[in-house]
Amino acid sequence: MTGAFLAILRRDLALAVRAGGGGELALVFFLTVVVLIPFALGPDLNLLSRIGPAILWLGALLATLIGLDRLFQADEEDGSLDLIRGAPLPLELAVLAKALAHWLTTGLPLTLAAPLLGLLVALPVESVLPLTASLALGTPALSFIGAGAAALTASLRRGGLILPILVAPLCVPVLIFGVSASDAARGPMPLQSPLLILAALSLMAAVVGCVAAAAALRQPD
Amino acid sequence: MTQIPFQRFALTAEGLACRRGGRAVFGDVSFHLENGTAIALTGRNGAGKSSLIAMVCGRLRPEAGVIKLEGQGDLPPAEAVHLVGHRDGLKTALTAAENLRFAQDLLGQPGLDPAEALATVGLPHAGSLPVGYLSAGQRRRVALARLLVASRPIWLLDEPMAALDIGSQAMLSQLMQAHLAAGGAILAATHGPLGLDGARELRIGP
Repeated sequence: MTGAFLAILRRDLALAVRAGGGGELALVFFLTVVVLIPFALGPDLNLLSRIGPAILWLGALLATLIGLDRLFQADEEDGSLDLIRGAPLPLELAVLAKALAHWLTTGLPLTLAAPLLGLLVALPVESVLPLTASLALGTPALSFIGAGAAALTASLRRGGLILPILVAPLCVPVLIFGVSASDAARGPMPLQSPLLILAALSLMAAVVGCVAAAAALRQPD
Repeated sequence: MTQIPFQRFALTAEGLACRRGGRAVFGDVSFHLENGTAIALTGRNGAGKSSLIAMVCGRLRPEAGVIKLEGQGDLPPAEAVHLVGHRDGLKTALTAAENLRFAQDLLGQPGLDPAEALATVGLPHAGSLPVGYLSAGQRRRVALARLLVASRPIWLLDEPMAALDIGSQAMLSQLMQAHLAAGGAILAATHGPLGLDGARELRIGP
């Protein structure tokens, strides 16, 4: 069973780094959003540094949505999903492996790039660490919530359009606490509580997302 | 090819009916598969051959009827069957050997080594090539090699001979004979001959 779990994880990681895998797409999109917004805002450095965390979090959220529709759709189209359904591994764990691979190739690179991109939005030095921590704790929730929605749209031809509409409302709490963690570094609020809530949201999304996705995939058509 | 014979099992389907998109596709189909038996599933296009195969592997819920597997330590049928369908289940960006290694790790019950399996289906050189570079017939042979890397008792094949050249068709017939001799069973949807002695025919639809 562990073998099957690791097999899915390994395969998805290998696919993401191969040509056309789309692993680097999210990172490039994140970079584009964060680079363009300061130009659109104009030369107000105070404003930029105040909304910097929000820009980074929005960029990360939108970048996660890119390519999320292919998470199960690609497997559905080429028949790999039929293999995964026939494996001795519970479908919930197969979804966990795929969502984990998605986070390792999307959320983790975004988190690692955030301190660097923080320079572009004049992020105050004391906010860099809280922001990176909030992304590290919060982006897994985006991958897991996304996995649930991606499973629902796996067999739809143009599911890519519906997916952001399904995912965005569910990501609102993550966005709120993610940004408030980076703001807490400058204000009187304690930093610990938003980070703990983000961790709780990620753990909750891991359970609910995997169970929901497996139920959607198991639904015979 | 030496293989450990499979345990005794019996897969029985009774009174299966299929309805897709509101249209009755077939009704009252029954069959029985046990060690060493093969069934050639025939019928015109759209008769529901692929739907029947999808029902056996648990992908499609029958409108009526039951499918049950006895023996094999109470496995659900989905975990005792080995499917090679229309969609080959191969990732074009991965090499043939990586695809087979993945199938082996995923499905459990390891059989042949991926390199040996590829040699058996006549593609010894393809192991390090991305599947995207292979032709349709070669891809099908890689998908068929999956039957060898993990050892499962019931082979479910959907048009296995499609896209195969004459030599590969004979090779597949031999593989199927060997599987039957080892105590496996085969359910294959087909339009042409499978090259199996003693395969029963199950015709569905009008």
